[in-house]
Amino acid sequence: QEPQASGLPEYIKIVEVGPRDGLQNEKVIVPTDTKIELINQLSKTGLPAIEVTSFVSSKWVPQMADHKEVMRGIERHPGVQYPVLTPNLQGFHSAIAAGATEVSVFGAASESFSKMNINCSIEESIERFEEVTKSARNMNIPVRGYVSCALGCPYEGNVVPDKVAEVSKRLYSMGCYEISLGDTIGVGTPGSMKKMLEAVMKEIPLSALAVHCHDTYGQALANILTAMQMGVAVVDSSVAGLGGCPYAKGATGNVATEDVIYMLNGLGINTGVNLCAVMEAGNFICTALNKKTNSKVAQASFSTGTV
Amino acid sequence: ATGAYPKRVKVVEVGPRDGLQNEKTVVPTSVKISLINMLSETGLQVIEATSFVSPKWVPQMADHTEVLQGINKRPGISYPVLTPNLRGFQAAVAAGAKEVSVFGAASELFTNKNINCSIEESLERFEEVMKAAREASIPVRGYVSCVLGCPYEGKISAAKVAEVSKKMYSMGCYEISLGDTIGVGTPGSMREMLAAVMKEVPVGALAVHCHDTYGQALANILVALQMGVSVVDASVAGLGGCPYAQGASGNVATEDLVYMLNGLGIHTGVDLQKLMDTGTFICNALNRKTNSKVSQASCRL
Repeated sequence: QEPQASGLPEYIKIVEVGPRDGLQNEKVIVPTDTKIELINQLSKTGLPAIEVTSFVSSKWVPQMADHKEVMRGIERHPGVQYPVLTPNLQGFHSAIAAGATEVSVFGAASESFSKMNINCSIEESIERFEEVTKSARNMNIPVRGYVSCALGCPYEGNVVPDKVAEVSKRLYSMGCYEISLGDTIGVGTPGSMKKMLEAVMKEIPLSALAVHCHDTYGQALANILTAMQMGVAVVDSSVAGLGGCPYAKGATGNVATEDVIYMLNGLGINTGVNLCAVMEAGNFICTALNKKTNSKVAQASFSTGTV
Repeated sequence: ATGAYPKRVKVVEVGPRDGLQNEKTVVPTSVKISLINMLSETGLQVIEATSFVSPKWVPQMADHTEVLQGINKRPGISYPVLTPNLRGFQAAVAAGAKEVSVFGAASELFTNKNINCSIEESLERFEEVMKAAREASIPVRGYVSCVLGCPYEGKISAAKVAEVSKKMYSMGCYEISLGDTIGVGTPGSMREMLAAVMKEVPVGALAVHCHDTYGQALANILVALQMGVSVVDASVAGLGGCPYAQGASGNVATEDLVYMLNGLGIHTGVDLQKLMDTGTFICNALNRKTNSKVSQASCRL
């Protein structure tokens, strides 16, 4: 099966967000050792990028209170990126002091979400991020930009594609090397994904785009496929589908890395990632969290004993 | 390229048959009837009601005659039933069936283990059903199992799927539903399989029946739609586990399918809210959680 024949990228970079986005949305507080072990296991799977932690106040995100210890405690494998979230300049400095070599900033395409989530308007958040990207530039630290609510907002409902394009453009222009477009509440479908990407692609080169799909409504893989058909070649996912949805109790959140890789393998698309190794890491963290995996591939594989 | 999508998709609801057949709890006849009646109010045009198979093999479907005779048959809705052989067909017609289905497979080992004969022998059995159905003016839908993989043989060649599909279409099945029985397919294998089948059977006569065991169903369905398929099977609440992978899921959930089609602006005629209510009803009756993510997300506990 030739990916080129079906118009798909030959290689997809998978950005693993389980240790940060995933764990951040899990109720159980995970010990630092467990976090470090998870990241070390993920480092051996071939994943090119693993989001490690978040340098945010522990008042807001208790799960990430051990950010320094985690950052300093993990094995750093050559060829693997270990980005961390830095919501502001203070977080950025703290991250650098702890050894971070790549950071991320989190914007949103919805004013209401921005206000509820980080207590300021989109414009104010952009100003904060500019401080970060300016410092980062001076230190040669790459910055990844996230745009939340790209396909819908828990407060505003519908989000206009042009707004997503506008915020993306601001983040890209200030120096973010990549923009990850997040379907934060998983409401998107291939229809809305296509419309949103068409608008964003007018402002940002395709090679600088990533999709971060939530599987809350079961649409993630279909949305990711649509994005890939349009040329997007970077996909965020979370081992074992860690991380529920804070806006729909009991619902799922992140798409499972295992399920994404299974699809990409079936399409003949190269990722460099060993699916079995990811399943093992998934098994490890689910055991530690005392929860069932959200990955259907993992569920099916453990039942049959095969992949 | 993403290509154009069909403007309308016919959703074939298989919950009451394929779904319940793969649920451990045996469901009372009255509950089955209520389920089908509720489904009949959602806008679905096709609801697979039951299976005229020996209760020795499928205890869940033992009440097939009572179910078929007990449901409110709404005008404009088709209630096909499975008929594995002539005897089942005759019992189905006697009970008032106006449409039947026959189940073939693209794998010899699967056919052997599932219905105790070879593919060739199974086609001969269907030929008997086709003949009787033709005489009674009863449309027959043909299923082909294991189109993207087999629990026993592993890989299945697209050419084999095309061959079996062609035979079933040639013998008179008006539609061929291609089933990814163990859900192992991905958009890649779906595309390859459909390209082969579409050389032998017109796309207008094709349907896809995807299992979500590996979470690939909606992506696979999306590709099928892009290739021109406009009939999709699904099961309310994602009823029906996978008999080959304990604890794993089976059928794709109708709610999740309709959610995606709505988002694509594709017309189905199905009322998603009524569908979710029906899913809630049957899950309560089965004392189980829904397998539909749309239902899960919409339920603010």
